[in-house]
Amino acid sequence: MSDATDVPVLRTRGLRLEYGRGAGLVRAVDGVDLEVATGQTVAVMGPSGCGKSTLLHLLGGLDKPSHGEVWLAGSRLDQMTEKGLARLRRTAIGFVFQAFHLMEELTATENVELPALLAGRSPRAARERAAKLLEQVGLTDRGTHLPSALSGGQRQRVAIARALSNDPLVVLADEPTGNLDSEATLDVLRLFQTLRAAGQTLVIVTHDSRIAATADRLISMRDGAFVDETRLTGGTTARLSDLASFAGLDG
Amino acid sequence: MQEVVLAMLAKEPSHGYELRARLRNALGPLGEAMNDGQIYVVLGRLEKSGLVATERIETLSDRSDRKVYELTAAGQQRVTDWLTEVSWPKPDLAEFHLKLVATAAARLADPLVIVDAQRRELLLRLRDAQRAAMSEPDRSDAALLLEGIVLRLQADLRWLEACERNWAGRKGRS
Repeated sequence: MSDATDVPVLRTRGLRLEYGRGAGLVRAVDGVDLEVATGQTVAVMGPSGCGKSTLLHLLGGLDKPSHGEVWLAGSRLDQMTEKGLARLRRTAIGFVFQAFHLMEELTATENVELPALLAGRSPRAARERAAKLLEQVGLTDRGTHLPSALSGGQRQRVAIARALSNDPLVVLADEPTGNLDSEATLDVLRLFQTLRAAGQTLVIVTHDSRIAATADRLISMRDGAFVDETRLTGGTTARLSDLASFAGLDG
Repeated sequence: MQEVVLAMLAKEPSHGYELRARLRNALGPLGEAMNDGQIYVVLGRLEKSGLVATERIETLSDRSDRKVYELTAAGQQRVTDWLTEVSWPKPDLAEFHLKLVATAAARLADPLVIVDAQRRELLLRLRDAQRAAMSEPDRSDAALLLEGIVLRLQADLRWLEACERNWAGRKGRS
């Protein structure tokens, strides 16, 4: 994957979202320049209200910026029509939300195949794709279950499978483990690792340092702007001696 | 480490290398950082303090790896005492906290820059701990230790978030 990481699939320049005016002017996102290379996992962390969720909405074309540009592959999202954006969101972007947002009256399989059907695939192709994705997230035996019959972790894995339905250019995840206990978090984390290994581009906005630590890059956000970045890939030297002394194993 | 070795000897009299293997097994990858000779240094000290005694299997050799170590009555008592002691982790929160306070007071640097640097360091450790934990078999003793490290690091990172909020808030007000 590392050989493909030079091509930015997602890019913003001078991105800004303002609301209010005069003294009440709030810059929720304040001048963000971001380049996400193909196959990269980027985590964005920051205190609540720092603008990270708003940023994710701008990246996914759910909101329009006040200033600046958002590019996904060759398309400029901030200048697209609503109709064009809707099509792009259906086919090129996968969304994962904290609250899962599954259709409660549809089974796991039906939830996962829905985006493929909406994108115009045949029912048979959509069904096959859904079966493959449910297998990938370890839920083959839960395909006929309604979301209400699934645990939180399972629901989130269904939601991730759904996000992958149309082979999106990028998956955008907003606090994907926010509603999960630690065991379910670990399942989602392993799944993200698998996706990363398969070359899926991922942008994750999170409070959860455990998820953030699995990313290639971690960006810290404050007051709508990027203030720090930690590169977490490379440095294959396992710093076990550091961990050993942290655990109290000093000589 | 002395008490740990004593407690391991409570199971049965052992060679030094047997103790080392048991330690390695319980610590997993973290045990690899241990010096091979360390166990014998510890055993030597314990012998001097009269907490363990040795019997030599073959009288031909005086090498320490031939010796079988066992607890003395005093060693047994020390283990019993140790089990009832409550040890409390000693994270050095005060030093970091005072660093931020002193830095801000003297305007030496932006406390938030120090917070950011600390977070980078903790995240790299968290990544390493997590990688090590995920490559351990489920429910191994070593995985449990690594899980402890992961949780401690997460707690430290949460505290850093609080530091960040606090110092960012002060900056906003000044």
